[in-house]
Amino acid sequence: MEHTNEERLKKEFQDMVKKSAPSSNFLKDCLAAFVVGGFICVIGQFVMNFFIGLGIPKEDVGYYVATIMVFLGAFLTGLGVYDNIGKFAGAGSIVPITGFSNSIVAPAMEFKREGFVFGVGAKMFVIAGPVLVYGISSSVIVGIIYYIINLFK
Amino acid sequence: MGEKRVGEQTIAFKNPPSIISTAAIAGPKEGEGPLRDYYDVILQDDLFGEESWEKAESKMQKEAVRLALEKLKIDEKDIDYIFAGDLLNQLMASSLAARDYKIPFFGLYGACSTLTESMSLASMAVDGGYADYVIASTSSHFCSAERQFRFPLEHGNQRPPTSQWTVTGAGAAVISSKGNGPYITYVTTGRVVDFGIKDANNMGAAMAPAAADTILRHFKDTGRTNKDYDLIITGDLGKVGMELTLDILKKQGFDMSTNYSDCGVKVFDLTQQDVHSGGSGCGCSAIVFCGYLYKQIMEGNLNKILLISTGALLSPTSTMQGESIPGIAHAVAIERGV
Amino acid sequence: MDYLRAFIVGGTICLIGQILMDKTNLTPARILVSFVTAGVILGAIGIYEPIVEYGKAGATVPLPGFGYSLAKGTIKEVEKYGLIGAFTGGIKATSAGIAAAIFFGYLMAIIFNPKAKS
Repeated sequence: MEHTNEERLKKEFQDMVKKSAPSSNFLKDCLAAFVVGGFICVIGQFVMNFFIGLGIPKEDVGYYVATIMVFLGAFLTGLGVYDNIGKFAGAGSIVPITGFSNSIVAPAMEFKREGFVFGVGAKMFVIAGPVLVYGISSSVIVGIIYYIINLFK
Repeated sequence: MGEKRVGEQTIAFKNPPSIISTAAIAGPKEGEGPLRDYYDVILQDDLFGEESWEKAESKMQKEAVRLALEKLKIDEKDIDYIFAGDLLNQLMASSLAARDYKIPFFGLYGACSTLTESMSLASMAVDGGYADYVIASTSSHFCSAERQFRFPLEHGNQRPPTSQWTVTGAGAAVISSKGNGPYITYVTTGRVVDFGIKDANNMGAAMAPAAADTILRHFKDTGRTNKDYDLIITGDLGKVGMELTLDILKKQGFDMSTNYSDCGVKVFDLTQQDVHSGGSGCGCSAIVFCGYLYKQIMEGNLNKILLISTGALLSPTSTMQGESIPGIAHAVAIERGV
Repeated sequence: MDYLRAFIVGGTICLIGQILMDKTNLTPARILVSFVTAGVILGAIGIYEPIVEYGKAGATVPLPGFGYSLAKGTIKEVEKYGLIGAFTGGIKATSAGIAAAIFFGYLMAIIFNPKAKS
């Protein structure tokens, strides 16, 4: 009896918390994410067009875009600007590859005080590591499946 | 049953110990807050001349202790014990600080409830006759807490509106058998209360049931009510947790809307300082009490207060293992005269 | 025209991320992981290709584009070299981004110190 009463109290409280929690400014967040995310891609497009203009083959231009965008993300993180963009833009600056870069550079800088091997070297991947693990693993699975399907063609 | 115990969780001191001195050190952002005039020192820079946030936090705690003693003209060697704690793993800030003063040391972890936890134990040591002078000190630092519990500082993430801002600050209080107040008259030690909140970005909600539980227990054990106090103030529930606590207490028949507040709400200007729900951390109730409240009591603006520091006993590991957040709250009654 | 398309496609992908963040409590790290994995799957079944053709950088700069490159590179290498391509293709196609992130990450850590937020 005592026990069920406690469960009921907990349930009641959790409902209370849900009701009391101020909601984030959803529309503003969405607009900021859309505009900033879109704008970062426009910069990417500019870089892409620039290298195509230099005569880089179309299939290689992606390397250039990735490198430059990663550099920009890293540099803005180093300057201490990217976290302010992120505060405003949310997913708008997390989802582009510049955000991937930010997620590597931020812990690398932060853990410098713990040394360059176990600080910078190891902590670099605390956020980005899982991205590589899941991205690369799933692409290997895709490759294996593709290979098996081709065997039966 | 112990002769000084009243009710289930409360101690009534026979010879109430006095808080004879306090000192508060605040970070730069706290120094721009509404209580800026009450801190002894406001840091110009979060690193405080040190190489890391952790060492800066440790130095703040050391400075707070030094300042509290300086005001008394008593020497370090007259101090019998220090009860200290912070939020860092293995109490890094407190232990490193304690290395430099030669005082017998008890390290405490009560998350953000550490201020009243250390004050409670210090008062027990004094009234128990085991000590004449005891220091209670605590600290927290936004940057060191952020990197341990959340994300690296330069990571571009968004904080939800229920999140709180860890206060950069340290406070120390000297509690003694010799002195003329303000007195610690009652101590109500909280139980760990967990109502199943898992959102580490809503710690106010996780701690509110513990705060309410301890307040209600204090009323029941002592026979006092909210009307007996000029101010009942919780440690770091923030705006969200404070409103939840008010709600719970109202359902139990205590309307505290006129004399209840929260250190996390007092320490920042919530509309201007972008801290969302308010301040948090051991340093929150530490600088608000050791800075603001203590001076209010000394000047006679407040006569009787109930201070309830609140802690969320989560660890990064418990959060990752899907555990809900256990809350704790310890109440200390502080009165100008007995 | 390229720019407008990149803006709209890139903005929309980020908008989906924001909706997930606000409405589901997914942490940024989880969003990144799911977006990359989604990109791999959508790339493998051929849905992401037309998005890339339409949105260009708008589709390749966000993280699903990273996943798309992984999948596309893997398939290309499997066609060329057989089963071993499943292991070589993905990283080859994304090598520039990964190496740049590691190198610049290290470089920035040497040059800059983290600043306290205000």
